[in-house]
Amino acid sequence: MSFLGLISQLMAIAVALLLAPLMTGWVNQWRARLQNKSAPGLLQPYRVLHKLFIKESVLAEHASTLFRMTPYIVFGCMLLACAIVPTLSTDLPLSPAADAIALVGLFALARVFISLAAMDVGTAFGSLGARREMLVGFLAEPALLMILFCASMISRSTSLTTIVETLAHRELAIYPSFLLTGVAFTMVSLAENARVPVDNPDTHLELTMIHEAMILEYSGRHLALLEWAASMKLLAFSCIGLALFFPWGVAEANAPLALLLALPVLVVKLAVGGVLMALIETFSAKMRIFRVPEFLATAFLLAVIGLLVNILLGVG
Amino acid sequence: MNGVPNPVAWVHLDGALMVVLAWVLIGVAGVVALKRLRFIAIVLFPMSGFFSLLLLALGISAVISGPEVAILPLGLPQLPFHLRLDSLSALFLILIGGVSAGVSAFAAGYFRKGEGTPPGLICLEYHVFLASIVMLVLADDAYAFMVAWETMAFSSFFLVMANHRIPEIRNAGYLYMLVAHIGALGILLCFGVLQANTGDYTFANMRAQQLSPFWASVAFVLAVFGFGAKAGLLPLHAWLPEAHPAAPSPFSALMSGVMLKIALYGVLRVSFDLLQTRIWWWGVLLMAVGLATALFGVVFSTVQVEMKRLLAYSSIENVGLMAAGFGLSLLFSAYGMRALSALALTAALYHMLSHAFFKSLLFCSTGAVMHATGERSLGKLGGLIRTMPWVAWPTLVGALACAGLPPLGGFVAEWLLLQSFLFTTGLPSSFLNMLVPVLAALIALISALSGYTMVKYFGVIFLGQPREEKLAQAHDAGTWERIGMLWLVAGCVLLGLMPNQVIGLLDPVTQRLVGSGLAQSLAGNGWLLVPMSVERASYAPVIFLLGVLASFGLAYLLVRRLYHGRTRRAPPWDCGYPWQTMRMQDTAEGFGQPIRQIFEPMFRMRRELPTPFDAQPRYKVTFEDPLWYWLYLPIAALVERISKVIGLLQQGRIAVYLMYSFVTLIVVLLVVKQ
Amino acid sequence: MNFVPQLINLFATLILMLSFAMISQRRIVSLINLFMLQGVALVAASILLGYATGQADLYVSAALTLLLKVILIPWMLHRVVRRLNVRWDIETLINIPTTMLVGIGLVIFSFSLALPISRLSSSMAGGALGIALSCVLLSFMMMITRSKAVPQVIGFLSMENGLIFAATTVTNGMPMIVEFGVALDVLVGVLILGVFMFQIREKFDSLDIHNLEALKED
Repeated sequence: MSFLGLISQLMAIAVALLLAPLMTGWVNQWRARLQNKSAPGLLQPYRVLHKLFIKESVLAEHASTLFRMTPYIVFGCMLLACAIVPTLSTDLPLSPAADAIALVGLFALARVFISLAAMDVGTAFGSLGARREMLVGFLAEPALLMILFCASMISRSTSLTTIVETLAHRELAIYPSFLLTGVAFTMVSLAENARVPVDNPDTHLELTMIHEAMILEYSGRHLALLEWAASMKLLAFSCIGLALFFPWGVAEANAPLALLLALPVLVVKLAVGGVLMALIETFSAKMRIFRVPEFLATAFLLAVIGLLVNILLGVG
Repeated sequence: MNGVPNPVAWVHLDGALMVVLAWVLIGVAGVVALKRLRFIAIVLFPMSGFFSLLLLALGISAVISGPEVAILPLGLPQLPFHLRLDSLSALFLILIGGVSAGVSAFAAGYFRKGEGTPPGLICLEYHVFLASIVMLVLADDAYAFMVAWETMAFSSFFLVMANHRIPEIRNAGYLYMLVAHIGALGILLCFGVLQANTGDYTFANMRAQQLSPFWASVAFVLAVFGFGAKAGLLPLHAWLPEAHPAAPSPFSALMSGVMLKIALYGVLRVSFDLLQTRIWWWGVLLMAVGLATALFGVVFSTVQVEMKRLLAYSSIENVGLMAAGFGLSLLFSAYGMRALSALALTAALYHMLSHAFFKSLLFCSTGAVMHATGERSLGKLGGLIRTMPWVAWPTLVGALACAGLPPLGGFVAEWLLLQSFLFTTGLPSSFLNMLVPVLAALIALISALSGYTMVKYFGVIFLGQPREEKLAQAHDAGTWERIGMLWLVAGCVLLGLMPNQVIGLLDPVTQRLVGSGLAQSLAGNGWLLVPMSVERASYAPVIFLLGVLASFGLAYLLVRRLYHGRTRRAPPWDCGYPWQTMRMQDTAEGFGQPIRQIFEPMFRMRRELPTPFDAQPRYKVTFEDPLWYWLYLPIAALVERISKVIGLLQQGRIAVYLMYSFVTLIVVLLVVKQ
Repeated sequence: MNFVPQLINLFATLILMLSFAMISQRRIVSLINLFMLQGVALVAASILLGYATGQADLYVSAALTLLLKVILIPWMLHRVVRRLNVRWDIETLINIPTTMLVGIGLVIFSFSLALPISRLSSSMAGGALGIALSCVLLSFMMMITRSKAVPQVIGFLSMENGLIFAATTVTNGMPMIVEFGVALDVLVGVLILGVFMFQIREKFDSLDIHNLEALKED
């Protein structure tokens, strides 16, 4: 583990922690602008986090230790996920510890814990949210795995850093299977991050909630950690998408100058991605809950077909 | 090193036989002290747990050393029992010893006074069961194998019927016995084909035979049929959801955790060891059957409303996944791709080990819950994490392992299996090349669904508010129960955090069966699990766990330091909803409703919906197994019809019977004349 | 010039994706628009292949497809849909996820069928035969599983799209006579089907194909 590797790992973690609320703020701003509303400030999520941390945490009378532990566990999982996705550099000492499959497992672990915590208080909305979240998860998780498999087949590796390096070094080639998996990845991202058309993050109608229903009982610092973890999840997904489909600009080992350059490149890429996400959210309507399995099944099957096209066309 | 007995190193085989003898003696001691519950519970079961630990140690030591052979003077005059302890048997000794240690400790605390079989008889049946399983794994000829198999079937039958006064349990036992014997028929026929008319039923002879592809395929299909009936592969699975819930919980744990694996041991022994040829469509058949079983099991488990049935269907799913792993390994082996075959085989064996531990843990927890509350239905439980923490937290570990989440053992197995699926583009057949990634997608789907099931299981039983008043008096587990469950938890965690060491134990097995192993590529990489090369794929569970814990700790400390850690307790927010009862949370049916809706064609579902005009509205939904109606009942009807026809022979008149003898005599004379 | 085959493969994948999108589509208007997009992709692939191989036939074929499949037929179908007031959801015989699963099976089948054939092909885009074949099969399945007339017509037309694409990629286009003949047949077929649809609507007051079953002898 070289010194530069350690620096790039720490930078990746710091960028994830600090940039994630900014990304959420950016997407919210653009959503508001596209809908002709006056936008909140770009730094609003930071203020919200600060406000929540200051407040006292109110727990239900019979909430168990699992309920109290979950925000920290989810935060830890998302931080680890951001640490292993090659955002700034592929020289990450932590990356041999977890590859693409373990990344999907990490998201699944966070999802299971938050669903269990939602069921813990024993209210109707908590278990409703848990049930729906597991429904979204059971289809989104295999779809994400298949998308990562498609990339793994091309780069002959499931290690995320190797995938990024291989794809960035290949001559400019158009992979048809990436068209299919790109569409599938967009659909899965929208579902996993609780965005329109699967779930509306701004809603206040409990019967339409998926993600929000699970965190109804949390307040204070626990809610702050969960919100932060949600924005880190959005950042992680965006970075996975960038790493798979637009891997240029990510620094490699022993390239300190490239590391410095990678940060502005990342910010630009994320900004464009955020605007696109806001566009998609504005142009679609939220689906009824029982159409969500069809939506996700389409994503899953598109990813599988992408895999098959990959095999059919040889190189992919 | 095949079959050359080393007189100095017979210690492992002798040790195993000593453990068997000790167990039988404990069983007999139990019969002698027939009704002395305390003696049996506190002295005999822990003693048997100690012998299980001994067996575990023997197994670990025997896996690495060479095979040992022995001939026991039991059995028929010309057919003594041949025994052999090779690496595959040693692996199963590890499994049996490890799991039964935990289960015996749990059973020591589990027994209470009750109806049904007296505890002394249960002690005898339990120990005969364990002893017969060990003999089965050590058997080196067909005769010893079948004797041990039948003993296992009978002792488990009596264990299932422990509460035989309840009619459902009697029916479950009967069905279990029926399917077990249909399977035994298949196994007998398979051995008959394998010995290829030489008359020598030892396994050594069977290994030396060169069967034609047709007869080898017949033997393979018979083995899958026969052993699959005992393992619960589709379509011979119908007994599993009935028998496993019917037995008392420690025995359900043993049956799910150990007995199903023994059936898979049979498949392994026949297809990888006794048969010398490998044909590619065997692997595809096994994979297809395995995946169909797994999908069926997991979908049905998500809609169950009774604890133990849910776990039984989940066992069906896991057995299917293991069979699929074996099938993939066979497929690779048929094309000569040894390294990949070893990878798939290691994945399936790893899954076997972790399933044994986490499933036994989950069944033990259902035992503790049933004891404390008297309820088996999920609709009447809830909120037990507060009154029974010693049961709830180990169950959480077991549920996370069953869902295949990192950093526990189930994830390592799934990771290895997905890695082996990923490298299948080297196969010569293009159709298989395309089919196998689709099967990988199916496996991902199945494991995501098992996560759903486990959230339902843990959430409905232990979380939320209690759905019945009396649950507030539920008592926590006793000391022996705690020890048993903690041992099994330790197994799950070790399997998750130390994959390199476990694969080191699995390596001699895969070397023996397919000629290659993972240990070499693991050797140079320290704590990383690297099946092929570091650039290809790697996983380090310890670093993973440390990463999550470090973030947890840092977040906790920083928040407390920079802000504060004040909390206040208040009634739940629930969106300001004024009325709140414990019945307003999701029921078990409610939690499974989305899956029910998606997979509706797979169930045979009957619903009774209330109308607006009912004085007391009721909603009832029952799920039944469609294969029961399509396969079992028609076959039963056919058998009845045939029996009726044959029954016509029984006229009751002596003249008719004498005529039968007369006709037979004439026919025999005619034949002899030819 | 190196990435002409890649672009063609890209268009092929786009056509496949559109076929799948058509199967999973619920609304008739979107279905017609997707069909038009499929025509556009086909035109683009033909033009590109024509440019790369220098065969003028492919340009003519592309122009024909543009005229018929992108402009004329979608316009006619939109008119029919507006006149008959059929805008809403389509009922399917089997539900959409099952349809998609069967679709995957068909895709695997056609891919494994096409692999040996595409190795023999001399065209630079031979690998797209499997995709074209799966489009044909998927459209056929769409025809079978829809119960209203308009989606069935679209399925038939999309099948023809797939056939043209298959011919274009493997053999660099069909003989012109065959091409014109097929195009004329398709046009006549759509006209007749349009008349047919009016008749069905007049007799039964709805376009549900199930009503045709009332015509059998009793």
